[in-house]
Amino acid sequence: MTTSVANPHIAPYTGHHTISVYVANKPGVLARIAQVFARRGYNIESLVVSPAMDGQFSRMTIGLSGNPEGMEQIIKQTSKLIDVLRCTDHTDDDAVVKELALVKVGASAAQRAEVLQIGEHFGCKTVDLTETSMILQCTGNSEKIDALVGMLGKFRIIELVRTGKVLMARGDGLT
Amino acid sequence: MSATAVEHKTSPEKAKDQKSSIEVKGPSVSREVLDGAQALVRGLERQGVEYIWGLSGGAAIPIFDAIVTTGTKIKLVLVRHEQGATHIADGYARVTGRPGVVLVTSGPGATNTVTGILTAHMDSVPMVVLTGQTISPMLGKDAFQEADVFGITMPIVKHSYLVKKTNDIPRIVKEAFHIANTGRPGPVLIDIPKDVSSGPCTADLDPPMDLPGYNPAIPVDKAGVMAIAEALRKSKRPVLLAGHGVLISRAWDSLRRLAETLQAPVTTTLLGKGAFPENHPLSLGMLGMHGTAYANKAMIECDLVMSIGSRFDDRIIGQAPKFCKDAVRIHIDIDAAEINKMIKVHHWCVGDAREILDELTQHVRRLDTNDWLNHLNGYKKKYPLKYKKYGGLKMQYILDELDKLTGCNAIISTDVGQHQMWSAQFNKTIRPDGWLSSGGAGTMGYGFPAAIGAQFAKPKDQVWAVVGDGGFQMTMCELATAALHKLPVKVLVLNNHYLGMVRQWQELFFENRESGVNLEGNPDFAKLAECYPGAKGFTLKRGADIRKILKRAMDYTDGPSVINAEVEKADNVYPMIPAGRAIEDMILEAPKYKMEKPTGST
Repeated sequence: MTTSVANPHIAPYTGHHTISVYVANKPGVLARIAQVFARRGYNIESLVVSPAMDGQFSRMTIGLSGNPEGMEQIIKQTSKLIDVLRCTDHTDDDAVVKELALVKVGASAAQRAEVLQIGEHFGCKTVDLTETSMILQCTGNSEKIDALVGMLGKFRIIELVRTGKVLMARGDGLT
Repeated sequence: MSATAVEHKTSPEKAKDQKSSIEVKGPSVSREVLDGAQALVRGLERQGVEYIWGLSGGAAIPIFDAIVTTGTKIKLVLVRHEQGATHIADGYARVTGRPGVVLVTSGPGATNTVTGILTAHMDSVPMVVLTGQTISPMLGKDAFQEADVFGITMPIVKHSYLVKKTNDIPRIVKEAFHIANTGRPGPVLIDIPKDVSSGPCTADLDPPMDLPGYNPAIPVDKAGVMAIAEALRKSKRPVLLAGHGVLISRAWDSLRRLAETLQAPVTTTLLGKGAFPENHPLSLGMLGMHGTAYANKAMIECDLVMSIGSRFDDRIIGQAPKFCKDAVRIHIDIDAAEINKMIKVHHWCVGDAREILDELTQHVRRLDTNDWLNHLNGYKKKYPLKYKKYGGLKMQYILDELDKLTGCNAIISTDVGQHQMWSAQFNKTIRPDGWLSSGGAGTMGYGFPAAIGAQFAKPKDQVWAVVGDGGFQMTMCELATAALHKLPVKVLVLNNHYLGMVRQWQELFFENRESGVNLEGNPDFAKLAECYPGAKGFTLKRGADIRKILKRAMDYTDGPSVINAEVEKADNVYPMIPAGRAIEDMILEAPKYKMEKPTGST
């Protein structure tokens, strides 16, 4: 191998990185991974951990920001951990990236129709409705959710909960 | 996923009842049920463990008990401080290539091992540390002598375990040794709650490992090797830079064959001493901050540098962007994460150094290096390592005489500081297990216990601990361990009544303002040694007595000897590349101008 061969696990720097880590479901594995990032000054912006198809393994999807120079190094350091099977860096181009958000909006009877109209435009479901509030459930990429939150800004947003990004590689390759 | 989940499987009382009554049918033979601690000892036996260095305590009592009840042949050595146990295990591991085993109790017993674990981690030394822990139901409740040692050590281990089920013990022990001593070696910690070690173990004693994320065997990348061979063919001024990895993969013969085939000079890192015989005509000795002038000049002038099992440490490269900036840079390392970490390289090959070197040697021929070697020999003549024999007693003089008296055949274990650098310069290492030093961590207090570990590993070889008066006082309580086991370790205390390296920095960069470096109040180390039954103390004050005193210590083999050498107080180590500066900024003698404060950390 020479430097002329690009590392296939490293996505070009686009501002933010979304890393998928496939790990053995053992005690302490999340702490070990978090330490690798923290020590090198990376900020974990979102984190989703859930069991993989095979319950012995877990999938972590980590949204990150930090120095792009060190990204290759940090992927290798993470891959080196004993309980990590693979660690890959993805962009929107090579993977499907989705997020889910719940938005609780304060809405009187007079405002309700407009809120519902906005929700409908973004493909939201109304999962809770009271005299004074409603909860919209929205799925999509992060930019779409940002846009929904922007549009609802003129109403009173009581609470906003986002799951953080999950992703899956496009095509028949493994994530 | 959760590190804190607690399992209440078996209460200790219940476990005791079961221990005596249950008989379990194994795959082929029935056996009496062992408790977890006994299964642990059986697991250690399967790994070929000879020694356990440890210090007992409440949470570890079942394990210490199992060493008795199993009638194991593994020898338990009681140390006087847990840090000592880790450094002894470290010295043993470096000399034998097998993991050293440490057994301590929970809480402070466990935290006292942290320095030794860091030392092993930084220098890729295989070690298995067994720590007792409070009972599982009390985890996280601030129980007596509870410390989350699994969490505390997480950044400084290769891997670690908090054992939750007694039946996991055989598998975990097997995995721990496999992880510690394959790939890039390192320390593995196993934290064992007392109820887990005293519960019944009905598991197979030789179970399969469960390490789906760990594949240390890397096949040789032949295309990578060919690219390196091609780059070498074009080189007229190559330098091979050998690190600790050459020793870990036992590649010294392979390296020598390659260097002699190519006729390329070899320099080593501090930890690579022994990877290439330092009396070989192609040897440039050690490079780096206090390396030889000719090794460092070779780095400036070479057209190709190939590192084998070194991680381009900041002591070696000075300023990364300037290091060998016009040369072809090649990196061979077993750890993919080291490639392009400190400096960008043109070619690399990830894998075992010995396999890669053997493959590479088949594809190269002698290079046209006559002019280059003559040029470097000129530097060797012009800038030799030197010192003045007259005036105060010099550390260099003593170390030079030691080198001659031992014929470079002793194992030298150093502490950290000025004496370490002078020992690296003047004690030529010609055997692969001949040099022990804490390189990455720079742990003061390492040298003496590591020498004890080396002596356990090689009872018939001459082992010298070259230490300073500062570092020796950190772990000298192990004199009891050495004396009790009649280990003929020779401790050469180069006593300048200073923390000398820091004093040197204060002199050079802080206008000679001494702060926290004067070791006023030192004991008489020779007298102190004599307090331990079987230990001998010697005092050395004059250059004329060096050989006589060293010989006396060499002749005493019934226990440890300590030589208190009262050396010149304020001498400085040269050559020197100030931290954070480029190799070109190397100074060969005391500067006549005021030096800028270094930008590197130390």
